[in-house]
Amino acid sequence: MTSLLPQHRRDAAAADGVAADLAGRPRPPAVGRSRRVATATRLGHLAEVSSRLSGLGAGGVIGGRVLLALAPGAVPELARGRSLALVSGTNGKTTTTALLAAALRTQAPVDTNADGANTQAGMVRALAAGDAATVVLETDEGWLPWAVRQTRASTTVLLNLSRDQLHRHHEVAHVARAWRDALDGAEHVVANADDPAVVLACLGARNRTWVAAGTRWREDARVCPRCGHEIVSDDGGWRCRCGLCRPRPQWWTEGDDLVGPATRLTLGLGLPGAANRANAAMAVAAAAGLGVSPEGALGAMRTVRGVAGRYEVFATRTHSARLTLAKNPASWLEALDMVGARSRPLVLAFNSDGVDGRDPSWLYDVPFDGLAGRPVVVTGRRATDMLVRLEMAGLHDVRRAGDVAAALSLLPAGEVDVVANYTAFQEARRALGHRCHGR
Amino acid sequence: MVADSALTVVLVYPELLGTYGDRGNAVALRRRADARGLDCHLVEAAVRDPLPRTGDVYLVGGGEDAAMLLAWEGLRSGHRLQDAVDAGAACFGVCAGFQLLSREFTGPDGEPHEGLGLLDVRCGRLDGPRAVGEVLADSDHGFLTGFENHQGDAHLGAGTAPLGRLVRGVGNGDGRTEGAVQGRVLASYLHGPVLVRNDGLADRLLELVTGPLAPFRDPAVLRLRQERRAAALSRPGARHPHLRRRSSHRP
Ligand SMILES: [Zn+2]
Repeated sequence: MTSLLPQHRRDAAAADGVAADLAGRPRPPAVGRSRRVATATRLGHLAEVSSRLSGLGAGGVIGGRVLLALAPGAVPELARGRSLALVSGTNGKTTTTALLAAALRTQAPVDTNADGANTQAGMVRALAAGDAATVVLETDEGWLPWAVRQTRASTTVLLNLSRDQLHRHHEVAHVARAWRDALDGAEHVVANADDPAVVLACLGARNRTWVAAGTRWREDARVCPRCGHEIVSDDGGWRCRCGLCRPRPQWWTEGDDLVGPATRLTLGLGLPGAANRANAAMAVAAAAGLGVSPEGALGAMRTVRGVAGRYEVFATRTHSARLTLAKNPASWLEALDMVGARSRPLVLAFNSDGVDGRDPSWLYDVPFDGLAGRPVVVTGRRATDMLVRLEMAGLHDVRRAGDVAAALSLLPAGEVDVVANYTAFQEARRALGHRCHGR
Repeated sequence: MVADSALTVVLVYPELLGTYGDRGNAVALRRRADARGLDCHLVEAAVRDPLPRTGDVYLVGGGEDAAMLLAWEGLRSGHRLQDAVDAGAACFGVCAGFQLLSREFTGPDGEPHEGLGLLDVRCGRLDGPRAVGEVLADSDHGFLTGFENHQGDAHLGAGTAPLGRLVRGVGNGDGRTEGAVQGRVLASYLHGPVLVRNDGLADRLLELVTGPLAPFRDPAVLRLRQERRAAALSRPGARHPHLRRRSSHRP
């Protein structure tokens, strides 16, 4: 990367004493940034490095916090003059962000928050970390209105909106209304035509590209987000008596084909499952709006094979374990759909710490019946909840293990699917990574 | 519709009243009925169809604001749930379902609504923060464990007894009680789903219809109960922070 940097930038970076971060990436102070923002950026980066060196904290988020504290108005300045796309939704935003960034890199360098830090501090840090003319930001649903107003992003990609942590599910309608207010007059939204809350949120945008990205989780799409009446399905569409209805999509998938305006292409992704085909459709539509040809976009997206550990395959001495994140009801449905297509033994890892949500009642809205007949081991701090859930679904020979490694040892050697919710996923990733490297 | 020997569990409007995995309550009843050799049918009643009158147990679950009002409109028209209970069926309401079964409830719109009147209860609004967390209560059917997430309270009238005596959590909001029982109608603010977590309560509902049942121990459920009980007991305060203030204002 260093060699791509113009000589005068490298000199300037070196002169600022922040020539490179721990990964060796140059961190040039962007041309045209005010002294206040440039200083705040440097100090933020310093805080980040020391946080990482001390082994405390998450690094990047701290850098963003310091930056914001020193220069609260930094974001409009950091965003000015750059082509910016925000990617938000309950599920798929990390993957879609990675796909869109890959597509846009075929044109020019892209800055992005690939670390998944998608709240205020994480986004600020990604904006400050470089000065690429193109920026793709994964954006937490709750932070989207702030991000839209602060960055004035030219493109907003909205995937879906459903319950995440059930103990705060009543916020879903609230989030949809906040999106709608923030996106009033927005330049361009690329949005999922199948999700009523997303459609409502986009009605005030100046330009809309509709993608039929589906909604596997229907529990949150049965009541109109605008008027509270029942939403009725009619041959592939949906409508409410208030007039809110499914817009005609410009992009959709048919099997492994992506269909768009005068376009039909085979997706051929390196990522599995229907949910990722939908994510890819959203990313291609967004990239097309930013001037990348669908063929070129897809070519780059096909090379994406794992995103922040998702879908990664860990080879231990005895097992080949594919790790899938299932963090909420909608993504459990997607994950079960994905593993249902194979019949490998399964490890389900389930916690209820922090972002996992404290109320796993929704497990009973996810059909686990399809897993009957294959070896299943549960683990995690809420393993008993999962075990009872599976028992209620008619799976009576499920076993329990203390952690993912112990779970694998209960299963025959070979390929295994590991499905885990958020904190269990991070633990599994560390544990499996450790086992692989420890060989 | 169903043979006389079979037990029919009706899940009322699952498309509207299914926020807290309420389908799990039906599944738990069926599992415990199956274990006793009883043939158990689950019927899902959609809001656009007339509610079946022939059910033995009716489950009315939790729903978000707009969905709750849609369900309320559906249940009010036709009086069919009240008729079924009069004819001998049992009924169990959770959260929004609890409020719908009551005499009067404050709707999500802040307005008082006439409930179905199956419970001599008036459900208002907690005047503090939303009640969210693990709950533990003592009851005649063993301890009750569940997760609550509601803004409603419940004022029990003379014709109604509490379902449980509160140990942890907010429940009905009076610092003492959780849920309500009146004849064959039971209700609770707990999910989890509550009939999965509370085998004794599930059996009580079945026995209202079937008469006494043989004991059935489910080791996984018993372990879950102990884990959740411990989790509830580890909550810092037994009672809701705004309770003291509420008590002095109680009508
Ligand atoms: Zn409507």
